[in-house]
Amino acid sequence: MSVNVRIPTILRTYTGGQAEVTAEGSTLSEVIASLEQNHPGISARVLDDQGKLRRFVNVYVNDDDVRFDSGLATATPDGAGVSIIPAVAGG
Amino acid sequence: MAVETVASAVSASTDFGPAVALSCRECGERFPLGPIFACEACFGPLEVAYEFPSGDPEGLRRRIEAGPTSIWRYAPLLPVPADVAAKPNLNPGFTKLVKADRLARELGVTGGLHVKDDSGNPTHSFKDRVVAIAVEAARNFGLTTLSCSSTGNLAGAVGAAAVRAGFRSCVFIPHDLEAGKVVMAAVYGGELVGIEGTYDDVNRFCSELIGDPIGEGWGFTNVNLRPYYGEGSKTLAYEICEQLGWRLPDNIVIPIASGSQLTKIDKGLQELVKLGLVEDKPYRIYGAQAEGCSPVSTAFKAGHDVVRPQKPNTIAKSLAIGNPADGPYVLDIARRTGGAVEDVNDEQIVDAIKLLARTEGIFAETAGGVTIGVLRKLIETGQLDPADETVAINTGDGLKTLDAVAPTTGPTAIIRPTLDSFREAGLA
Repeated sequence: MSVNVRIPTILRTYTGGQAEVTAEGSTLSEVIASLEQNHPGISARVLDDQGKLRRFVNVYVNDDDVRFDSGLATATPDGAGVSIIPAVAGG
Repeated sequence: MAVETVASAVSASTDFGPAVALSCRECGERFPLGPIFACEACFGPLEVAYEFPSGDPEGLRRRIEAGPTSIWRYAPLLPVPADVAAKPNLNPGFTKLVKADRLARELGVTGGLHVKDDSGNPTHSFKDRVVAIAVEAARNFGLTTLSCSSTGNLAGAVGAAAVRAGFRSCVFIPHDLEAGKVVMAAVYGGELVGIEGTYDDVNRFCSELIGDPIGEGWGFTNVNLRPYYGEGSKTLAYEICEQLGWRLPDNIVIPIASGSQLTKIDKGLQELVKLGLVEDKPYRIYGAQAEGCSPVSTAFKAGHDVVRPQKPNTIAKSLAIGNPADGPYVLDIARRTGGAVEDVNDEQIVDAIKLLARTEGIFAETAGGVTIGVLRKLIETGQLDPADETVAINTGDGLKTLDAVAPTTGPTAIIRPTLDSFREAGLA
C-alpha cells in the first residue's frame, strides 16, 4: 500500500525540504515505520518514548483525525493522504 | 541546530521588550523569538520566556498605574516594545470589573462576586487583547498579511486590527457560524473565507496553508504567532488583580475553548506574585465548557490527564473546539490549584445568559452563558465555596449570538396605544 504523506515545516529537515513524500504500509504505524526507513529520525519526532503519538501531534488519514479512529492502528488504504500537523489552537 | 535555523529568519531589529526567547512548554528547549509555534524536538507548544526587571515592585506598580487605560499599561510584562502605545493598534483592555452583588445574591455567593466584562473591548470580545499582541509581533517580523482560524470572535478582531494597523487580512471561519459573527468579521473589508467543516477542520487547513509557499509572509495570529498572541490573555489576570486593589481573588471561573486563555491567566497570576505586585496566596482556577463540546471537563471528571477529542454540538460556537490544544495544561492547572472543570447544557447556557442580563445588565454571548452557568453549577454541587471571593469572566457581547436567546426572549406584550389596552394586558 502506497500513501502520500504531507510533512509539516518543522519536520522537513528530515525529508530534504520536501512537503510531501510517499510511504508504504496498511496502517498508520507501518506508514511511520516506512517514513523512518527513508528519513531516519522522523519517527522519534512523531512518537514518544512509549511509541505512542506525541500529544501535540495530530495525524489525519484522508481528512479524518486518527484519534477518532484507531490511532496508530488506523488503516491507510492504497493512495490515501496522510497529514502530520502540529496541534494548534485559537477560537 | 534549531536555534540557528530560526535566528536566520528573524530581523535583528526586532524589539520584544522583556521577552528573550521562545521556550517549549513540554521539553524546555529554547528558540530565538520568531514566527514559530511548535517545538522542533517534540511538537510541544512554544511560549514566550522573559527576563523581567527584579526588585522595586512599588516602582513597577506606579509605572503601570500611570500607563494608558489599555493593555499597554502592562507593556513591561508583555512581548512588545516599550513604545507600543504609540503604534496604530486597537488598544484594547482595561475593561470593567463589575461588582455583581445582585447576581451574587441569586447564586448565594457571600464572599464577593465580580464579572470581568470583556464585551467592552473594541470588537466586543476578549480576542482584541490577544490580537493586539499578535499584531505587534507581525510588525516586528515584517509580515504583511494577518490571518487566523476562527470561531467568529477572532475573525472580527483580526479584521479590525488589520485595518487599524495597516495589514492585509484573510481570515478563515467554519461556514455555518452565527450570522452576527459573520457580519462582524466581514464588515472590516478584509477577505473572509468560510470553510465547509468544523473549527477543527479550519484549524487544520490553516496549519497546512502555513507550511505552503502561499502562506509566506502571513501571520496567523493563533498559529505561527500563537506564542505572542496567547500572552494577551495574561492581561486579564493583571487587570483583575489591579482592579481588586493589587490582590489575588480566591476563585476565577474561565471559559475553555482551546484552553489558552485559562493557562495564560494562570501564568499572569504567577508572574504578579513572582514580581511582588500581589501578595502570594492560594487561588483556584475553574474551567467552563458546554456539554456539547466538553472534552476537557470529561477528562477532568474521569481523572484522565489526556483529552480525547470530541465532535462539537453546542450553541456555544465560540467554545466549540473539539480538540483543544491546551486541554492537558488546563487539567494540570485546575488540579494544581484545587479548582475544577465543569460543563452545562444549551438550556442552562441560555438561562445563565438571561440571569446575568436581568441581574447585572450585562448581555453576554453564549460563552459568557457557559461561564455563569458553570459558576452556578459549581456552587450547587459544592465544588466552589460561596464564601470565597470569585471572579467570572464574560468574554464577549450577547449581540453576537442573538439567535441563542431570540426564541425565548421578546416583548412582554403587544398592545394598542391606549391605557385600556395596557390595563387589559395586566401591566398596570
